[in-house]
Amino acid sequence: MRIPLSWLREYAPVPADATAEDVMATLVKVGLEEEDVHRPTDELSGPIVVGQVLTREEETHSNGKTVNWCSVRVVPEGQKQTLTGKGIEEDGVQGIICGAHNFEVGDKVVVTLPGAVLPGNFQISARKTYGHKSAGMLASAKELGLGDDHNGIIVLSDLGLDPEIGTDALEVLGLYDEAAEVNVTPDRGYAFSLRGIAREYCHATGTDFDDFVLKLAERTPAANNSGLSVELTDDAPIHGKPGATRFVVRSVSGVNSAAPTPVWMASRLRLAGLRSISLPVDISNYVMLETGQPLHFYDADKLDGGLTVRRAQAGEKLTTLDEKERSLHVEDLLICDNSGPIGLAGVMGGASTECSTETSRVMIEAARFDEVSVARTSRRHKLSSDASKRFERGVDPQLQAAAAQRAVDLLVELGGGSADEGVTDVNNTVAAEPIELPAGYTAGRIGVDYSEEQIVSLLEAIGATVETGSEGFTVTAPSWRTDLANKEDLTEEVARLDGYDKIPSTLPVAPPGRGYTAEQVARRAALNALAAAGMTEVFAYPFVSEEDNNLWAAATEGEKLASVKLTNPISEAEGWLRRSLLPGLVGVLKRNLSRGFKNLAIYEQGHVFIPGKQLGSKEIPGLGVRPSDEVLADLNAGIPDQPRLIAGLFAGKEHEDMPGATARAYDWRDALDASRLVADSTGIDLGVAQGQHQAFHPGRTAALLASDGTVIGYAGELHPKLLKSLDLPERTCAFELNFTALLEDASGPVGAYGIYGYPATNQDVALIVDAAVPASEIADALAEGAGELLEDIRVFDDYRGTGIEEGKKSVAFALRFRANDRTLTAEEASESREAAVALAAERFGAVMRG
Amino acid sequence: MSESLPEEAKAPESYRVLANIKDILEADPAGGLETVKKAFADEFDRAQKAIEQESDDFDQLKATRLAFLGDKGAFTLANKQMKSLSKEHKAEVGKLMGQARGRLTKALEAKNAQLEEERDTRILIEEAVDVTAASPRRGLGGRHPLNILQDKLTDIFVGMGWEVADGPEVESEWFNFDSLNFKPDHPARELQDTFFVEPASAHLLMRTHTSPVQMRSLLSRELPVYVVCPGQVYRTDELDATHTPVFHQIEGLAVDKNLTMADLKGTLEHMAREMFGPEAKIRLRPNYFPFTEPSAELDLWHPGAKGGPAWIEWGGCGMVNPNVLRAAGIDPEVYSGFAFGMGLERTLMFRNGVADMHDMIEGDIRFSQQFGMEI
Repeated sequence: MRIPLSWLREYAPVPADATAEDVMATLVKVGLEEEDVHRPTDELSGPIVVGQVLTREEETHSNGKTVNWCSVRVVPEGQKQTLTGKGIEEDGVQGIICGAHNFEVGDKVVVTLPGAVLPGNFQISARKTYGHKSAGMLASAKELGLGDDHNGIIVLSDLGLDPEIGTDALEVLGLYDEAAEVNVTPDRGYAFSLRGIAREYCHATGTDFDDFVLKLAERTPAANNSGLSVELTDDAPIHGKPGATRFVVRSVSGVNSAAPTPVWMASRLRLAGLRSISLPVDISNYVMLETGQPLHFYDADKLDGGLTVRRAQAGEKLTTLDEKERSLHVEDLLICDNSGPIGLAGVMGGASTECSTETSRVMIEAARFDEVSVARTSRRHKLSSDASKRFERGVDPQLQAAAAQRAVDLLVELGGGSADEGVTDVNNTVAAEPIELPAGYTAGRIGVDYSEEQIVSLLEAIGATVETGSEGFTVTAPSWRTDLANKEDLTEEVARLDGYDKIPSTLPVAPPGRGYTAEQVARRAALNALAAAGMTEVFAYPFVSEEDNNLWAAATEGEKLASVKLTNPISEAEGWLRRSLLPGLVGVLKRNLSRGFKNLAIYEQGHVFIPGKQLGSKEIPGLGVRPSDEVLADLNAGIPDQPRLIAGLFAGKEHEDMPGATARAYDWRDALDASRLVADSTGIDLGVAQGQHQAFHPGRTAALLASDGTVIGYAGELHPKLLKSLDLPERTCAFELNFTALLEDASGPVGAYGIYGYPATNQDVALIVDAAVPASEIADALAEGAGELLEDIRVFDDYRGTGIEEGKKSVAFALRFRANDRTLTAEEASESREAAVALAAERFGAVMRG
Repeated sequence: MSESLPEEAKAPESYRVLANIKDILEADPAGGLETVKKAFADEFDRAQKAIEQESDDFDQLKATRLAFLGDKGAFTLANKQMKSLSKEHKAEVGKLMGQARGRLTKALEAKNAQLEEERDTRILIEEAVDVTAASPRRGLGGRHPLNILQDKLTDIFVGMGWEVADGPEVESEWFNFDSLNFKPDHPARELQDTFFVEPASAHLLMRTHTSPVQMRSLLSRELPVYVVCPGQVYRTDELDATHTPVFHQIEGLAVDKNLTMADLKGTLEHMAREMFGPEAKIRLRPNYFPFTEPSAELDLWHPGAKGGPAWIEWGGCGMVNPNVLRAAGIDPEVYSGFAFGMGLERTLMFRNGVADMHDMIEGDIRFSQQFGMEI
């Protein structure tokens, strides 16, 4: 809401020297947030004065342009110029070239003299042009930043003005006024008006508000039978509320719709953000801004009979004021005459009955339409108007007659019309229900011990009537506060007007908590461990293409996965939610590569989205009531599974060459190590098996396993073909681990084993096996065969080639034996080793390498 | 004496004496002993001189040792004759022998130790490197500062006995809106530019705030409830310097008997001081949210703001709307509560001077690395 200060001063005690900033600082105290300042003189400075054209000579130049060489008087005749400056003539007559032709000798115009600055930092100076010294400019509205009108210069008589020559033109055009813009929250529709803002200003400054609407209401004539007939019907009310509850019609005859809008009104409308269009339109907007009541003006001569308000019928169409033909929905509320629909109630009028500059009899509609009905129509037709914004938020049901009266007054005063006798007022509004506010309730919610007198006076200040009883207060909210419905709302009003700054600070003591959950502790440990291991955590948006999901989240090529699709994504191409973090990470990797980083180890943690059997719920429960357990279970069943994953990418080298250390390229082991680090840092054993995944190298990929053997991730080198198609560096490696699934393996306290000091015996063994047998399985067999004396086993070599048969490999293991109760002899260790080898031989045909 | 010493003639007097002790003592049992005594002393002096002057490395020292204690050393030769000496001579010469060899061995060991010390010192000097030439082989990476910030904030609340709750990012419309008292056609619902999931009849959306986790907490926990809910949220904003369609919030919710707006203020003040230092303070301004009544905008007095201490808009808060409590099956006449929430991106921007939101979401490694593990 933009508030011109000159306007606000009519209704609230705003100091004469207060700026828009000062007004905003006052209003913010009562909850109207500062947005912006609109001050024409921030971009506009003089000397800009009223001048009179003395001579005008048309000259056609070689470039084909016809311009006017003018002499313009800028000080009253017989007086000397008091302004000084380069290019300002002492005799008060300026020579000026003007390209516009819409003026005559004798017209009073706006002269920007040398030294003036116009919007866009356009500096006016005397300059040679078209063979003359042109010292100034005759300004158009656009050049002064007053609008888009560039069809010639401003001729002041067109605006109904005849100021003295030499007068400050900024003053004449109302350009010293300024506007404060505040944000009005959706609950306070009444503050979308000067009336509401002025009231809030008075609250903020502790002064009494003198409501001009109440005075207008006193002058409003009673309804009579000679007005236009109006019928309010609604055969399909929304939430049981009729679409229209009040409808006032007044009319004014003999209006000169072509009369200029007075400069003061145009200036205020402009500062409020509305363009001046024509006198009737400007008056309806002016009254709306002033009172908060949206009005609609019909050209009475275009109306066919009385008005009916009703819901639309299927197939009906209406061409609105913006010349668009709209197909109507059965829920749309319409204003109709005998010809059919002539307006979308509360949203926009129809083209057929629109006022024009020819309109002489203006029919004024001031109605109250239901919030939800207007909101739905406005959304359905993507048509948000100043009227719909106000109706959606709730309009004072007692305001209509007064607002119509204000419009009548202005049409009479400015348009030369006369008010017709007929007054229509269909009023089906119901008075607000009184609210019980128990004594002590407000203090109990806010923590301030408000006195009875304070509560009564603060609530009366907002316009409520308060009756004090033994148990508390019975409060009737004022008609304009449709948002006040219960004791909490009243509590906010008391606290707000007394000032939130009066509320003390106390720190409540929570009951003893359980701290972080195991999952939260594990997550932080894992993410910290990866960073400590040299990786960098990044974020990526979870929006991907369907192909991305089918590539990265499906192990097998050609598999089609179900993905969650967005109705209104940022980009249609990436309209699905991720099932893998890797596509996002690939984007981040590429961005870093493009920025010149070659060696990268990045990771991300986040949710992926996996639709289940049931997607969503057909019905959702209403407000303010706890749904049954069954309904809640249904809501939860419809929510896609959203496990948390951790994934990473490695490209380039761990480090570059440096004195004494040669570069090491990242390889698949780094990806596997990172996966193990995640598991190790959370105290969980991660299984590793040879893995196959379409996005990974077929021979350099580990499947990551939960204790039950379920694959919960992959780690390894990405597929060379994929790297090429993604334009990523060769040998880029990746891992992705389902962290939620991993944590299901978390067990209770670790059972410690004793640490014994007897010496260890180390023995190595090399076995020849089929190349396809995984080393881990041989190690498992050796460990099982060796029995309890074996303390540790590790693979230290994998040899294939000369001396080893084709298709076989030699895998060497280091075994460490130790007993808990004695020093082992070499024989005992050897015995154990032989038992180990025997089992490996039995299982895999392993042969000792001799 | 023997042919094995061809240079015996050139050898010093003491060597010749010691090589021929037996003959000398037999020839002159009384005077010979004096000659032998002198020879022991002279030979030792000669050895000591050799250690001092001719033994500058381990090889020379070895040669010196062999020259005096080796097979052809004077002391060895003397020793070989011991068994042939008379009983009284044997005792005398034996004593001289023991003394001389003992002293010589000590002198050799001392010299050896000296050489070892010199060698060790030299090696350490030779092995020196320029440590400033080394860059890290595996340096510290970095957590994303938004996650570090989130951890810091939840730490504050866990320290107060609160718990941390998580919830789904694709949510049911009921949890995101209706349960939080957003009326179906109310403009407040429109203000939250929502990503919807297809089909519309499923009533699923990307949560627009972390508030649905509040409702989930109220439905699943025993009263009283004191929880904070951090997490990622979504709105259909275009990415620019101060907006991103994917961002993070942290919300707090307390529902207990007799909670007041003063309790809300005290909690927020504690949080502000923990995050921004003891000079930090907060101020509440009236505002509107469907899920709180009264509602307030939260401003922070940020002592370390760029350009000097200043009030900064930080978040929203208020007393939980009774309709929200009712939706969770809680009697608002018995229990009351407060809630608050703020954006983590915005907090990071003014706490750590991040000027542009692009930096937080583009994933340029420099952004996370400048923070490391601490913000």
